[in-house]
Amino acid sequence: MMMNNSLRNQCKARPGTVIKGKWYKNEYKVIKELGFGANGIVYLAECQGREVALKVSDNSMSISSEMNILKSFTKVQGSALGPSLLSVDDWVNQGVTLPFYVMEYIKGESYLDFLKYKGTSWAIVLILQLLKNLSLLHQSGWVFGDLKPENLIISSPSCQVRCVDVGGTTLVGRSIKEFTEFFDRGYWGLGSRKAEPSYDLFAVAMIFLNSYYPNRFTKKSEGYSQLSQAIKGKKELKMYEPVLEKALLGKYSTADEMRKELMAAANLNMDSSRQKQAPSRTSYQTPTRKRKKGKTKGGLLESMLLVVLISIVYMVYIYTKLL
Amino acid sequence: MNPGTLKQILLITDGCSNHGEDPSAMAAFAREQGITVNVIGVMEQDVIDQKGMQEIQSIAQTGGGVSQVVYTSQLSQTVQMVTRKAMTQTIQGVVNKELQQILGRSKTMDDLPPEKRGEVVEVVEELGETAGLEVLVLVDTSASMTHKLPTVKEALLDLSLSLNARIGENKFSVFVFPGKKSDVEKLLDWTPNLEALTKVFSKLSTGGMTPTGPALREALSYFKKKRSLRSLLSNDDEQFFEESV
Ligand SMILES: Nc1ncnc2c1ncn2[C@@H]1O[C@H](COP(=O)(O)OP(=O)(O)OP(=O)(O)O)[C@@H](O)[C@H]1O
Repeated sequence: MMMNNSLRNQCKARPGTVIKGKWYKNEYKVIKELGFGANGIVYLAECQGREVALKVSDNSMSISSEMNILKSFTKVQGSALGPSLLSVDDWVNQGVTLPFYVMEYIKGESYLDFLKYKGTSWAIVLILQLLKNLSLLHQSGWVFGDLKPENLIISSPSCQVRCVDVGGTTLVGRSIKEFTEFFDRGYWGLGSRKAEPSYDLFAVAMIFLNSYYPNRFTKKSEGYSQLSQAIKGKKELKMYEPVLEKALLGKYSTADEMRKELMAAANLNMDSSRQKQAPSRTSYQTPTRKRKKGKTKGGLLESMLLVVLISIVYMVYIYTKLL
Repeated sequence: MNPGTLKQILLITDGCSNHGEDPSAMAAFAREQGITVNVIGVMEQDVIDQKGMQEIQSIAQTGGGVSQVVYTSQLSQTVQMVTRKAMTQTIQGVVNKELQQILGRSKTMDDLPPEKRGEVVEVVEELGETAGLEVLVLVDTSASMTHKLPTVKEALLDLSLSLNARIGENKFSVFVFPGKKSDVEKLLDWTPNLEALTKVFSKLSTGGMTPTGPALREALSYFKKKRSLRSLLSNDDEQFFEESV
């Protein structure tokens, strides 16, 4: 849903515009627009030499509601749940009072763009990260709600998934107020719109599908069969079929549970792809440049040892990164 | 605060009324009785003409509700959004009234400092989640709507899915206009979910005039009938919203 034009015009601020808070008098210099949606426009701005993100809207309900959520996030320890909230204020623009809030600017690429540049092999890593974030979010009593690639930013340079746009975030047990059809289990006839962890986990599975179907697709039939076909249609998804199926059917009650099984499947897949590579290196039928170097028996043993060592180091690296 | 019950009429149409009294007047009349009127204009590729557009806006404005014109494909999302927005609007109206009593005249939520606003919003959201809700759906079935009806049905099922995830109770009823014999015809009596709609909707015949005004009037009387019956049974505690809007 696009927001209406009058709102867009009212909240419009050109680069260089100084937004001054009515209550706290802080000044924010607009650098550029970061994005807009149904509830307002988000700007990159500068305040006392620091880059911040600033969301302006004409709807004080939604701004205040998001402020409440972000505020409650800051009470969660070690939180990377959403961008941290810095300030809330009003901007009087040509006689019209527009509420806004200021938050941490998360620099990086949105999920699908990131995959486009870096390759879809990142998808599994990002999904595992996302599940870790969600676990914390759920444990603090919230369900993200409108979970979709557009609301995920991969921060640079650390390549960590961060969720932005908490407009759909809902207390566990209440009803989901904002959603996007492709990621909504209700749309696919696979569950209610009650805010519970499994609602988000369905969306996570759909984000995984979206990684390999960047254009998404629309519903042809109710229920699981179409999604199941989609999973079978891509070998990168098929590897994770049992986990995805459970998530889509609402069989995981916690993000940790799903993460554990996804991790196990990922390790299995990496093992098997390593095994597939290993024989080709030692086989004599298809000589490669690498093998030519290690012609002697000792050299062959050495390179095999090296391969094993490197894969162990790699596994340890992946583990420490993800756990 | 007692959440009471919110009452809404949801009008789904694709154009201009051409029979009977002015629908905007009927909407204003509804509002006087604490019933909000929301209007959704559905269009295909064809664009709704200026006159139709004006009528849609005017009905919602005088009915104290929300209006939105959409392409058929966006209907589901819009129906739930419009309903929710109108609920929030009504509750906000009530809360603002209370605030005015505390803070003095002409003060509303937006005059509070941002932090205090957050507390008010919490109350509004809580009420929106727990309040009872009655939605009377009024569907235009004049000829031009024929091929849009399957989508309307989908959207209504989707609405009941959304709202039934709330903690508060819901009741829906569905009317179509023009009816077989009269201006308006009841399809579905008050019910907590719209599942039963699937059967009745496929048998619908379309065609005829677009008596939007008379349809609204009839719909209103349907709310009233039920209320007077109920107020006989219980000491009506449902007037809360009506008085404060
Ligand atoms: N803290 C942030 N740091 C960097 N970029 C951000 C931040 N917050 C939002 N953005 C960008 O701005 C865009 C729009 O923001 P947001 O999604 O909050 O608006 P919205 O009106 O709630 O949109 P929607 O219609 O999706 O609900 C986001 O997609 C994101 O790319």
